[in-house]
Amino acid sequence: MISRGNLVFALALLALLAVAAGCGQPPPEGNNGGGSGQESTSEETTGDETTAQEELKPGEGSLVVYSGRSEELVGPIFEQFEERSGVDVQVRYGETAELAATILEEGENSPADLFFAQDPGALGALDDEGRLTKLPEDVLGRVPAMFKADDGDWVGTSGRARVVTYNTEEIQEDDLPDSIFGFTDPEWEGRIGWAPTNGSFQAFVTALRVIEGEDRAREWLEGVQANDPFVYPDNLSAVEGVASGEVQAALVNHYYLFQVKEEQGQDLPAANYFFEGGDPGALVLAAGAGVLDTADNPEAGEEFLEFALSDEAQQYFADETYEYPLVDGVEVSEELPPLTDIQSPEVDLSNLDDLGGTLELLQETGVL
Amino acid sequence: MAVPTAARTEDGRGAKPRRRRPPLLLGGLAGLVVAAMALPLVYLVVRSFEGGWEEIAEVVLDGDTLAVLGRSALLAGVVTAASVAISVPLAWLTGRTDLPGRRAWAVLAALPLVIPSYVGGFVLVSVLGPRGMLQGWLEPLGVERLPEIYGFPGAALALTLFSYPYVFLTVRGALRGMDPAMEEAARSLGSGAWAMFARVTLPQLRPGIVAGALLVALYCLSDFGVVSLLQYQSFSNEIYVQYRSAFDRTPAAILALMLVALTIAVLLVEGRTRGRARYHGNAASRPSNTVVLGRWRLPALLFCGGVVLFALVAPVGVLGFWLARGLAEGEPLRPLWNAALSSVYASGLAAAVTALAALPVAILSVRFRGRVSGLVEKATYLGYALPGIVLALSLVFFGANYAPWAYQTLGLLVFAYAIHFLPQAVGTTRSALLQVRPSVEEAARGLGRGPARVAATVTAPLAGSGILAGAALVFLTTMKELPATLLLGPTGFETLATRVWGATSEAFFARAAAPALMLIGISAVPLYLLVIREQAK
Repeated sequence: MISRGNLVFALALLALLAVAAGCGQPPPEGNNGGGSGQESTSEETTGDETTAQEELKPGEGSLVVYSGRSEELVGPIFEQFEERSGVDVQVRYGETAELAATILEEGENSPADLFFAQDPGALGALDDEGRLTKLPEDVLGRVPAMFKADDGDWVGTSGRARVVTYNTEEIQEDDLPDSIFGFTDPEWEGRIGWAPTNGSFQAFVTALRVIEGEDRAREWLEGVQANDPFVYPDNLSAVEGVASGEVQAALVNHYYLFQVKEEQGQDLPAANYFFEGGDPGALVLAAGAGVLDTADNPEAGEEFLEFALSDEAQQYFADETYEYPLVDGVEVSEELPPLTDIQSPEVDLSNLDDLGGTLELLQETGVL
Repeated sequence: MAVPTAARTEDGRGAKPRRRRPPLLLGGLAGLVVAAMALPLVYLVVRSFEGGWEEIAEVVLDGDTLAVLGRSALLAGVVTAASVAISVPLAWLTGRTDLPGRRAWAVLAALPLVIPSYVGGFVLVSVLGPRGMLQGWLEPLGVERLPEIYGFPGAALALTLFSYPYVFLTVRGALRGMDPAMEEAARSLGSGAWAMFARVTLPQLRPGIVAGALLVALYCLSDFGVVSLLQYQSFSNEIYVQYRSAFDRTPAAILALMLVALTIAVLLVEGRTRGRARYHGNAASRPSNTVVLGRWRLPALLFCGGVVLFALVAPVGVLGFWLARGLAEGEPLRPLWNAALSSVYASGLAAAVTALAALPVAILSVRFRGRVSGLVEKATYLGYALPGIVLALSLVFFGANYAPWAYQTLGLLVFAYAIHFLPQAVGTTRSALLQVRPSVEEAARGLGRGPARVAATVTAPLAGSGILAGAALVFLTTMKELPATLLLGPTGFETLATRVWGATSEAFFARAAAPALMLIGISAVPLYLLVIREQAK
């Protein structure tokens, strides 16, 4: 009864499946490319693994990381740590906030040992629910007070500065305003760009609300909005827009310029401008991590953080992701001013967790 | 078995009313499927009531929430209407006329379905943005800036371009299953071409149009990629914002339940439009006559070319451009085989499991029509309109707390895919079963075979093409799936979709282009086979 066409089609599908299955068991373990370094076999990914690992000596065993930072950025750090320590690192990559929600849903049964977040807001949210444990002093002592939790439950691992990237052919550094509020001047109409859906931009607006108050923050948003800024889907397109002359300046994070140069060539006519005098426009944000209260292997988590804050790993952030090392004495690229020279506004990063209020403000002002 | 006449039977008229009780096995299997579908809903109810009635009232009665609900409904309505408007002529031109290269056009017109919305939306922004690539080409002509595409126009355009093939495919299926005798009768009675199309062809296509339109409408409600990139404040966008900003899962769950309510409303509309007609035509009888296009040939070609240009050539071309530019700058091309194998393996499993799960539901709804079987079929659609993140978190909750042995295994991931994409398989299987004459099954029963054996040896093979089409649809939708894959897959599980996401989340265009192109290429294979095989009939 089965028509020949159907049979051929079904066989083709089956063959496709068989090829996939035949090429080495369920192939979840991607050791390709920047592989997240899971040398584990497929049996280990089932639930028994934690009990098996508890029998291992300290310093070994496995470390399960939920990483809101992408593999492109932090994969190599995990690999290096794995090689050094002998700890088997298993990483689940995802959006920072979604992974935080996942950990909250998992409750006591969370397989995660360490949460590596793109921004302190998500760490603060987990901390508020009592899901993080206090880190040892030798980890906390490595970074300045601004980049760690007051209660010592999470620590920053690298920094990113808010900057203005501008087109060096169209304008000079002198043409740029002294303060972020300068961009509300009508002379900037149609000349600036921003990416309001970007997490760092929203963290900056939250900081603006904390530092300057709700009214001033609203005033700034409305003022820039009145200048009809170009709206970009992300920071990278904003920087590309600057490079192509679409806009003359854009409010972005400092490292996107270097990424665009890497993909499109070093001679792009664009440069970074840092505000001075503690202007909110020069906010330095941190990515960070914390060890979970339900961790099976908290020691490995702490050991990883020790490694992430070592001079070597900090140098990696400076050289490869163009982020700021948070540890003193690590060299930054010549194109970057040292972190200590950036006059970031005084603000407690743990207080930047009212993203809900920021989104409301962005929607009310028509920015989002 | 060939009975060359088409019998149109209205329910309860013309045919013997069927009030048989379904066999226990069938009912039990369908019940299991529905129970699985209910898991996310149970989760949402539990989470919603954490804040008590007060919080629920606050979220539901908020004026903004209702406005967002309206915007979602508007988007779904416009995209669905536009998809039907594109798909019906496309399907007719490639299926029934002498359009040059119609076989190739049919494949090309179906292919935009394999482009993930988060990739398509991104490309659309970079091409059609106010100062995007298109503006760059038009610059010499004095075009300084293109009109704003953010918001409704862009979101509607992107969703239409990448989801209209759902309607195209179902309408093609319906066109092929049509018996030419009715059109010929209309012609012989003096009906003109347009009148015949409107009064004879279109009504017969209605079940196909409605089935595809339902998939498009519900997909629009769930999609996050396009609405976030194009900044349209739809319901799914709002739900994601809740998860991403407030870290409070209660408002998100309440919003998701409202989305379920909207889904039910859409299903009620669909129930009204679907009509009660059944057409037991005979697909294998004989081909329909080919319509000669004549002077309409050029406009027809331009129409097909325009759709394919925007929905397929442009996105693939831009991805190719990014890849080439990255390679020229010395970006290494990294191996993707493991990610590709994982994608194919997980999607293949999902396709097989989903097609199997769809069978009892489809058989129940077609062969044992009634209030209960209707509800069972509708219930399968509830998971489809939920944004992926909601579904994923509900299974995180159940998996981690009640089935730790299954949590973060491939099994649970495939389960998530199945309850997410089940309607795609139910819809196509159902249409196929509708075209199988019940009398054939009855004959087998009369010859002494049990109901289960009849289903396995008679019904399934006859409806085989529909079942395979459903599996193929699930396969390529799973290839694109992201939120559930990230949260529920085995730790370290990498697919092409997660590779694309990993690169775009840090905006490495060149690194995203290679896995995106590979994803599109692999998904195109089953779709190509499907369309070609249908064409050959």
